[in-house]
Amino acid sequence: MQTVQSDFILVSDRRADASFLIHHYLSFYLRAGCKVCFLGLVQSFSHYSAVGQRLGVSLAQAREKGQLVFLEGLKESFGVLLQDTSQETQPLSYLRSPGAGLEGLFRFVESCVRQSGDGNAGESWGPPVLLIDDLSVLLSLGVSVGAILDFTLYCQATVCSELQGNMVILVRCEEEDADDDEEGSNLLQRGLVHQCNLALHVEGLPTGYCRDIHGQMEVWWRQRGETIYNQRKIFHFKVHDKGASFFARGTSSAVL
Amino acid sequence: MAAPVRGMIGSTSIGNTTSFQKKTRSKLVSIPGTRPSVQNGQLLVSSGVSSLDYVIGGGLAVGTLLLVEEDHYDSYSRMLLKYFLAEGVVCGHELFLASARDHPDDIMQELPSPIVDDVAGMKISEGQSQPSDPENPDTMKIAWRYQNQPKVQTALASSVRFGHYYDVSKTMEPELRQAAKCHSFYQLQETPVVTASSPLPSPYHSLLKSIQTVIRKEGFDGSTPQSKVRNVLRLGLHSLGSVLWGDDVCCKDNPAHCHALTTFLYILRGLLRTSLSVAMVTVPSHLTQNRAVMGRIIRLSDTAIALESFKGSEKETNPLYKDYHGLLHVRQLPRLNCLSCEVPDTKDLAFKLKRKQFTIERLHLPPDLSETTVSP
Repeated sequence: MQTVQSDFILVSDRRADASFLIHHYLSFYLRAGCKVCFLGLVQSFSHYSAVGQRLGVSLAQAREKGQLVFLEGLKESFGVLLQDTSQETQPLSYLRSPGAGLEGLFRFVESCVRQSGDGNAGESWGPPVLLIDDLSVLLSLGVSVGAILDFTLYCQATVCSELQGNMVILVRCEEEDADDDEEGSNLLQRGLVHQCNLALHVEGLPTGYCRDIHGQMEVWWRQRGETIYNQRKIFHFKVHDKGASFFARGTSSAVL
Repeated sequence: MAAPVRGMIGSTSIGNTTSFQKKTRSKLVSIPGTRPSVQNGQLLVSSGVSSLDYVIGGGLAVGTLLLVEEDHYDSYSRMLLKYFLAEGVVCGHELFLASARDHPDDIMQELPSPIVDDVAGMKISEGQSQPSDPENPDTMKIAWRYQNQPKVQTALASSVRFGHYYDVSKTMEPELRQAAKCHSFYQLQETPVVTASSPLPSPYHSLLKSIQTVIRKEGFDGSTPQSKVRNVLRLGLHSLGSVLWGDDVCCKDNPAHCHALTTFLYILRGLLRTSLSVAMVTVPSHLTQNRAVMGRIIRLSDTAIALESFKGSEKETNPLYKDYHGLLHVRQLPRLNCLSCEVPDTKDLAFKLKRKQFTIERLHLPPDLSETTVSP
């Protein structure tokens, strides 16, 4: 019996754009045949679909087959805001009452990852995967850091521990503020780093803007089951049309 | 003899001197004043300033939000808003203008007048001028290729060019301005609606409702059947976040409605993504005390630029900046439908406003690396 490694991967960025990693993980898990639950809170479905096309997966097909469940946050947001009755169980209920927490969203995720073998020609998918892009937008909508951390804890308990699946979450941070930001994204990121297995942090180059090297990424392997190791490495990267290339610091082809 | 191909793919513009037309395989919507992007096929509209179009990657993509951080006296950001609306008038797009300080009609009356190629003056005709006049007896014998050219370029009603130039010393003719359909929203004249259950304060809520009503009624979201020609809606929202909108994010350190503007922008972007519209929002960012809020606002928009004018600051006398009126910071460029966007080679840009042009130039050349060659 093989031990299935279930990962909670945190992707974060500061004044840079780490969404290329989310596109990569989406196409990676779809190609691997896993059941994917994607909470797309900041972009439309056609955006991911177009990028997925270049990376070799068809999101529309995956959605039809039932392999991909896509929650489009932007499209339904206005309708939810205008509704007279706010139901707690609705996934986007945080738009109407941000102080009430994310229980509706969690119920949606739970129902999605627990469904297996939908009866679509008896196809059974691999372990479920939860992808969120991006979680820090909920802070802009008024949800508290505590509620978000509760939500991720519930998701981790369900998806990773119980169902042996994986989770990839994108969090976008602001600059470190001198005065303590109570409800800031930095607090959220610190809390999530504590919960995760692997933290990928994307930033711009510390020396300034460069056209050929788009930034640096720090990889931090954290606690993993029995072994507790703490290893951090920094790579430089450049994003292409069909992916990104990573290289050790100072070895960009533009410089050598 | 090889015939040169000019003009857009699939469009029979009047300027073609040949009868050669490239067979079009794309099913792109052909709306006047728009063109597809060369990188990712997105439909782009011009922002009214051609050098700004170049800086942000060819133009504004339809369905996106442009955020402009105002300069201290709101002089150049207001100018950009007027360019944006004037471009909409010239291209025949519909306009929606919302403002809390000045009445939208006042802003519309200040629009700059477009510069037409023909010196003989412009006459407003009902539609595009006919390519050939059948009643004209003298057919050309020698220059027969030019037979189908219009005699005088008179039509400005629906221009197929992308990007125009404007003369800021003159205001737009009233006939031209009134030919464009403009919806306005003036905050001080709106009756406050009690929305106890909404997280948004009343002005933002009514503004969103008004925008959504216009989009739905005029069919920009595809809800009405295609009985009329498709068009683009340009939304200009002036000085959001200022106190006149009922928002205190610009005057307090710990505002009571700290999430009002961010929620508004999130939902506005949702409306834009599902309709054929483009929005330009100006925000007085120099008044916000909290930099984190500005960071969030920038993340919530697609393209974000900031204007910093030298007027009244010590940079006015700096010899490095003597040719320019201010600096332009590109805070964010969108990556739509692709992994990598057009990355500018330098971020040090300065602008100057001349009578006939708003130019944006590089302050200095970036470091020259072997992979990319930078043309001076």
